[in-house]
Amino acid sequence: MPKGIIETVVARHRKDRTRLLDIVRDVREELGRITPEDTALIAASLGVSTIEVEGVVTFYHFFGNEAAGTYAVYLNTNIVAAMKGSTAIKAVFEKAAGVPFGNVTPDGRIGLHETSCIGMNDQEPSAIINGTIFTRLTPAKAKALVTAMEAGKDIRKLAVPLGDGANASKVVRSMVHNNIRRKGPVLFAPFRSGSALKKAASLSPEDVIAEVKRANLLGRGGAGFPTGLKWEFCRREKGQPHYVVCNADEGEPGTFKDRVILTEMPHLLFEGMALAGYAIGASEGVLYLRGEYAYLKPHLEKVLAGMRRKKWLGTGIAGKRGFTFDIAVMLGAGAYICGEESALIESAQGNRGEPRDRPPFPVQNGYFGKPTTVNNVETLCAAARILAKGADWFKTLGTPRSAGTKVLSVSGDCKKPGVYEVPFGLSVASLLAMAGGGDARAVQVGGPSGACIPRAQFERAIAFEDLATGGSVIVFGPERDLFEVVRNFMDFFVEESCGWCTPCRVGNVLLKRELEKIMAGKGTVRDLEEIEAWGKMIKATSRCGLGQTSPNPILTTLQNFREMYMAKVDAGRAFISEFDLEEAIRPAVAVTGQKPAGHAAEADHE
Amino acid sequence: MSKPVIATASLAGCFGCHMSILDIDERILQLVELVEFNKSPIDDIKTFTKPVDIGLIEGGCCNSENVENLRSFRANCKILISVGECAIMGGLPAMRNGIPIRECLEEAYFHTPTIDPADPRIMPHDEELPVILDRVYPNHEIVPVDYYLPGCPPSADLIWKALVALLEGKPLDLSYGLIKFD
Ligand SMILES: Cc1cc2nc3c(=O)[nH]c(=O)nc-3n(C[C@H](O)[C@H](O)[C@H](O)COP(=O)(O)O)c2cc1C
Ligand code: SF4
Ligand code: SF4
Repeated sequence: MPKGIIETVVARHRKDRTRLLDIVRDVREELGRITPEDTALIAASLGVSTIEVEGVVTFYHFFGNEAAGTYAVYLNTNIVAAMKGSTAIKAVFEKAAGVPFGNVTPDGRIGLHETSCIGMNDQEPSAIINGTIFTRLTPAKAKALVTAMEAGKDIRKLAVPLGDGANASKVVRSMVHNNIRRKGPVLFAPFRSGSALKKAASLSPEDVIAEVKRANLLGRGGAGFPTGLKWEFCRREKGQPHYVVCNADEGEPGTFKDRVILTEMPHLLFEGMALAGYAIGASEGVLYLRGEYAYLKPHLEKVLAGMRRKKWLGTGIAGKRGFTFDIAVMLGAGAYICGEESALIESAQGNRGEPRDRPPFPVQNGYFGKPTTVNNVETLCAAARILAKGADWFKTLGTPRSAGTKVLSVSGDCKKPGVYEVPFGLSVASLLAMAGGGDARAVQVGGPSGACIPRAQFERAIAFEDLATGGSVIVFGPERDLFEVVRNFMDFFVEESCGWCTPCRVGNVLLKRELEKIMAGKGTVRDLEEIEAWGKMIKATSRCGLGQTSPNPILTTLQNFREMYMAKVDAGRAFISEFDLEEAIRPAVAVTGQKPAGHAAEADHE
Repeated sequence: MSKPVIATASLAGCFGCHMSILDIDERILQLVELVEFNKSPIDDIKTFTKPVDIGLIEGGCCNSENVENLRSFRANCKILISVGECAIMGGLPAMRNGIPIRECLEEAYFHTPTIDPADPRIMPHDEELPVILDRVYPNHEIVPVDYYLPGCPPSADLIWKALVALLEGKPLDLSYGLIKFD
């Protein structure tokens, strides 16, 4: 009975309201769906209001009231997936399962769902079925999957052949590939366990911060905030305890480098988190892992257990009295906005992932209102390497303003998609040469929220002082229709807006409509002006980074590929209406049987 | 020099915006000095009798007659202004957008509590009646609109200031209070 199951699940999570995401996930798994009655039962057993639970159930893509199917297929539909044939795969799934996407088969067995980037852009088309990742899907494979699901087979067994490196290990057993095309000295060089922690323990916390500051380490998650300074601010805060949070939400379409780091270098990351804890005076760390990467959780837990055994985590780390630190892994549930640090904190506390007003910043008022540093996976790894090898060494890499290396996720129209660790300052052209994308027409640097740049700008450098990026680089070949790219990106932002601010929630829909009007050949120069004005307004009046960057796909293409827009708009006309009276009255005529002799018939001439 | 000519219409609106125009109180006398009214519910002139300088439109388009009316305003007015939320965004009537037409019509003609259960259920279908549109449209999606006066309704002062600015050919300076709604 639902009641018994729900009470058992809630008890398993010690009736802890802050574990609501885990509770909802487990209940969904047991019951297949969460009815409003179930929501009320969860609320009652936690002693909170129903609306609190409902808020969480309906916020996350992987939750919701509806059943997702005994086998829930989440097919990636981002732009690169589309370029690599996801549309054909989608059709095969639909034909074989007999229902369109967005539905569950009548017997409840197979659910077909679309989802945005799942972090597999270098091996598209891809899908997640009941948590198992399927990459490089072909029509034949998709058909075989449906047959297997109909026969009730164990889906995990079909995820073959296995990928490379730790992907093939017993704990992971995934067909995901690392595709590490270029190893650099910071992230992917061999690392001797404990070397960073031993060094940190030999210094005072202040000196650890000083070393990271001296290395000029800037945050790798996108915003580029100086890491040492963030830690210093956090250390100074009086509130107790302090927390370290690692942002492994990696949701920006086209980014997958954190996935590879988590697969191959988790020990480096965990040392980085522990020494961050030492530096800011925290003994607890949280790794917030995006739901799509749940398949990596056992692997990460295993590495953590190993580190505890070797005393690289726990109490008296590196033999130092008082150096205490441990890490918990928490799972997201499919919401891009949870990558924004304050939304991530809300989500980690078991709430809807809605960004907070800032200030106060997380360093002042973070996890459970306590001083918290939130850092990207790559940032924390770099910090560990800086401790192990020294700030001076680190600064020999990259440019004077952007020290070190950057791990780039390269995908799209190139021969060698994958992960590239390169020194900052590398030109886009050099990167394209490495990746076999020399004939590119355009490159999207920094994901949808970044910029789309034309050939004329390929000499620009990947660095904080020029093209800043969280790591996503998507290559578009000479034949690509950039309008389709922009539309796909706008779909993404419309879908992922948390809905708090009107400019973001409504504005992006309007921008997308304007774009589609132009694509349909019904745009005018005035529409272009409107797009620019609205884009500026949305950026200026949105609360968080999502809305502040969401118009970028349109604005940067409008700036860099204006001729493409000009070719689509009718420069000779000041206004083109999309309104078609005959179409507009059709539904009513169908219902009433009215013969529109009067107004309607006459009116339709301009 | 002849006086500038003004026309007004209420499409899918509640006449609240027209009430707001009248709310300029005694300034209406000044307005009548300044301008001449043509087609408008205010003077009950039904058809355009001369070219108009400024057309004020209340309400958006919910049926075929609204569309016809709006297009004729655009054809006859030099400047067209969407007045109020309904004209600018569709407003309250647009709450039906997203509900299938059949449901809307059945709700109105079959299920309303005021319908006598003994009466036959008839969907109005006389060909003289305007046909309702698939959704309520803001005016600027159908014809080009030159200016927008926000509010539900825009305050009398806002309308007054906008008209005076237009008539005097001066830039419109709206103080914060006039466009602050909460
Ligand atoms: C919409 C949105 C999504 C974000 N997604 C991520 C993400 O997936 N991973 C990440 O590290 N930072 C992401 N960020 C940036 C974080 O808010 C934050 O700046 C970062 O985690 C700080 O770490 P760093 O200083 O090490 O870069 C996102 C920001 C926004 C506004
Ligand atoms: S900008 Fe968008 S995503 Fe960010 S808080 Fe506002 S509505 Fe939410
Ligand atoms: S904007 Fe307000 S006052 Fe004007 S017609 Fe619409 S509902 Fe009535």
